[in-house]
Amino acid sequence: MEHKIIDVADVVIRFAGDSGDGMQLAGSLFADMSAIYGNGLSTFPDYPAEIRAPHGTVSGVSGFQVHIGDDSVSTPGDFCDLLVAMNPAALMANAKWCKRNAMILVDADAFDEAGLRKAGFTTDDPFAELKVQDRNLIVAPITSLTEESLKDSGLDRKAILKCKNMFTLGMACFIYDRPLDYIFQYLERKFAKKHPEAIAPNKKVLNDGFNYAANLQMIPDTYHVAPAHPRKGTYRNITGNQATAWGLLAASEKSGLPLFCGSYPITPATQILEELAIHKSLGAKTLQAEDEIAGICTAIGASYAGNLAVTTTSGPGLSLKTEALGLAVMAELPLVVVDVQRAGPSTGIPTKTEQTDLNQALYGRNGECPMPVIAAHSPAHCFDAAFNAAKIALEHMTPVLLLSEGFLGNGSEPWLIPSMKDYPVIKPPFAKSLPEDGKFHPFDRDENFVPEWAIPGQKGFEHRVGGLEKNHKGVLSSDPANHQLMVDEREAKVQKVADFIPELAVDGPAKGKLLVVGWGGTFGHIYSAVEEVRAEGVQVSRVHFDYIYPVPRNTEEVLMGFEKVLVCELNSGQFANYLRGLFPKANILKFGKVQGQPFLVSELTEAIKKEA
Amino acid sequence: MATLSFKDFKSDQEVRWCPGCGDHAVLASLQRALPKVSQALSYEKERYVVVSGIGCSSRLPYYMDTYGFHSIHGRATAISTGIKVANPWLTVWQACGDGDALAIGGNHFIHAIRRNIDINIILFNNQIYGLTKGQYSPTSKFGAITKTSPYGTVEHPFNPGSLVLGAKGTFFARSLDVELKLNEEIMTAAALHDGCSVMEMLTNCVIFNDGAHKQLSDPALKADNTIVLRHGERMIFGKDRDKGLIFDGKKLRVVHIGEGGFTEEDILIHDAHTDNIGIHMALADMKGPDYPVALGVIRDVRDITYDDGVRDQVKDVMQKSKIHSVDELLHSGSTWEVE
Repeated sequence: MEHKIIDVADVVIRFAGDSGDGMQLAGSLFADMSAIYGNGLSTFPDYPAEIRAPHGTVSGVSGFQVHIGDDSVSTPGDFCDLLVAMNPAALMANAKWCKRNAMILVDADAFDEAGLRKAGFTTDDPFAELKVQDRNLIVAPITSLTEESLKDSGLDRKAILKCKNMFTLGMACFIYDRPLDYIFQYLERKFAKKHPEAIAPNKKVLNDGFNYAANLQMIPDTYHVAPAHPRKGTYRNITGNQATAWGLLAASEKSGLPLFCGSYPITPATQILEELAIHKSLGAKTLQAEDEIAGICTAIGASYAGNLAVTTTSGPGLSLKTEALGLAVMAELPLVVVDVQRAGPSTGIPTKTEQTDLNQALYGRNGECPMPVIAAHSPAHCFDAAFNAAKIALEHMTPVLLLSEGFLGNGSEPWLIPSMKDYPVIKPPFAKSLPEDGKFHPFDRDENFVPEWAIPGQKGFEHRVGGLEKNHKGVLSSDPANHQLMVDEREAKVQKVADFIPELAVDGPAKGKLLVVGWGGTFGHIYSAVEEVRAEGVQVSRVHFDYIYPVPRNTEEVLMGFEKVLVCELNSGQFANYLRGLFPKANILKFGKVQGQPFLVSELTEAIKKEA
Repeated sequence: MATLSFKDFKSDQEVRWCPGCGDHAVLASLQRALPKVSQALSYEKERYVVVSGIGCSSRLPYYMDTYGFHSIHGRATAISTGIKVANPWLTVWQACGDGDALAIGGNHFIHAIRRNIDINIILFNNQIYGLTKGQYSPTSKFGAITKTSPYGTVEHPFNPGSLVLGAKGTFFARSLDVELKLNEEIMTAAALHDGCSVMEMLTNCVIFNDGAHKQLSDPALKADNTIVLRHGERMIFGKDRDKGLIFDGKKLRVVHIGEGGFTEEDILIHDAHTDNIGIHMALADMKGPDYPVALGVIRDVRDITYDDGVRDQVKDVMQKSKIHSVDELLHSGSTWEVE
């Protein structure tokens, strides 16, 4: 049979297996390798909350989807071209994500009677049972081939079985015409210090997987995705949580203030704390607190003492921090609170993504308690979003809530590395002189309603802050008129932030029938959906909000330019309700989804076409 | 450096505690202790930060002319921790009540002690919730009749000393609101201690729990019901200084000097600096009627402090790392060029 390499614009590959099968590693290696090759790229890890969920069960399936293209790629893809299923449960859980012409690669050794029953199959033909028997099925005895490949390696059986993912990755590399060099280099780097003996076996099994796929008569054609032609420069791959941590470090450098992060581990935000803990060389101090409340309270203390203070969390943790958020608003101290949202309420589905904390971010505090809320829209954008959150916090003397999402935090994309010289210097309003009475007034304000910052240690500026209402001089006051004044001024200070953020940029005509609106991590999916419907001749404009509270200055003008405004979000309409409250005359429609999963582009195109 | 006095630490705010409240005396003691501390350690006034939570005693920062942070209920210890880690040069004092530190803030309290962060915690223990007008607290005596326990509590109180020492605290001292001299003495010792210092101040709530510590404060009773411990001195007490503590092989015991063959030489000498936490625990746990209540510095030992540890690790990593700027960070690890 003649072997052809077919050029394709993009492919989506989904690696799925037991949570201990190494699918996250196989997927991320494939992604990194493709990034370095120059492909456009987006990834989506989809894993269970349990570290080692019951073996062979559907609840224990861990998946990693990677979408590569010969142009920039803005979503991890709805459906896959190749599904790797390391056991029947992985097939059961993921067959629905296969395209009509997809290839399905399974480990035959795992498809025994016991495995099928555990996954919930009732017959001996899982493919027919799932109605995927007409796809391109590759049933390979991956476990036994891996064992055969490594029988002389000296590794014990357990260690050998751990290499199954490399065999599979080798097969995928053949199918998608990827050279193995990058992975070889990765293995050498990873094992060089602690397990040099593991380098050779891993390389061998990878090679054997590649060759096995080449010799197998079942893969007549392989596919090639040419490199994209991105802008010139140096690139790297980055996850959202890493970018968030680095953006905060950038703000620390640009403000000249040491970074302090007080946090408590919580999925899916923990990697931000982990990442900051590594970079002590940039002066970052991290404190793993005894609980979420101590996380934010140590950060508030650090802010009072003059650091760029940060706390990172997810929805349930944000609930616990609520009272302290009010304290930061009242004491008018700079603070960045990062919420990497996950499916709620309560513990919800910790490893799955949602945008359901918006109401909590906007309103979840006692009293009149405004603080800016901003959102990141892609893994790499988390860098700028975190930098901007810190800049607003430090220059406007306010806590700022940065909303990220599990989908962004864990997802990755190639990133044209920026230069710090292109980022602005951050200038906090440090107190320099005392008023006539010789005492520092902690709540006197400038034209933007921003108070000055006097940091303990500054001689002559001794003053008290705290949760009780005070007057401009910082003296306790329960005077009715003073309370109204202070409430109004704290609100005005946050509203003034709108003068310092960019206006909305409409993609498409500024007036028309339908405007599609998104915020946060739905950016890529909405962008792709709008491009798709336009290709079909549908007229539609699009706008995306990075700044939620306050909204950009031109928001009303933009919304009122359209007969219909369709707000697409991964909740039951929280942003839509918010916009309706702000702009009651706009015709705002909702399209929401609350399944712990990102949008599918196909869902969005359908919803858009219905309204267009 | 100008010499600081009592007046330098007094703010212009009107003190609003009830007349006769024990907190007045603790405030005065602190305002008298800090000039001495400043003298001993060459501290300027701007170096002090006074932090508190919520409750009657937590109003204290407003009455001190220093940097101050009156925070939220139970969280003072976490805020103090953040301040000290962010800037170890600052000297942090904290005022908190028994409800504030041991109920709602119990978690932060034990973890600050475990970490041995260099802050000075004054724990005002009046065994009652005062600001909410008279509910029982985690230190109220078993059976205490309060607004929320009209038939008496059915729960055991914490002894703050056991809690501190159980968390392997490096400094614990106890005093009474009215003992101004002793207060100053332990506050000064706490300031000199490098690590987490907890000072339990037994205070009188004149409105909701008047006389809770009467057995210890009444001039006629206190000499027999309390013992003031000082490092290197024998554990002798009593109106006639004729009673002392010995260790009988199993536990502490009160003996009369000159009776049963016991002489002054048999009485224990207080060693606040010994690592042996058992003896300090036994001393902190003593209560009437069988034992005197121990006052003074019960434990004062050296150990690594959290704030030093964090600072030193940052310095160390800074020296060893190749990454010294964000630009270097962004280019670290795997990158690739697009021509």
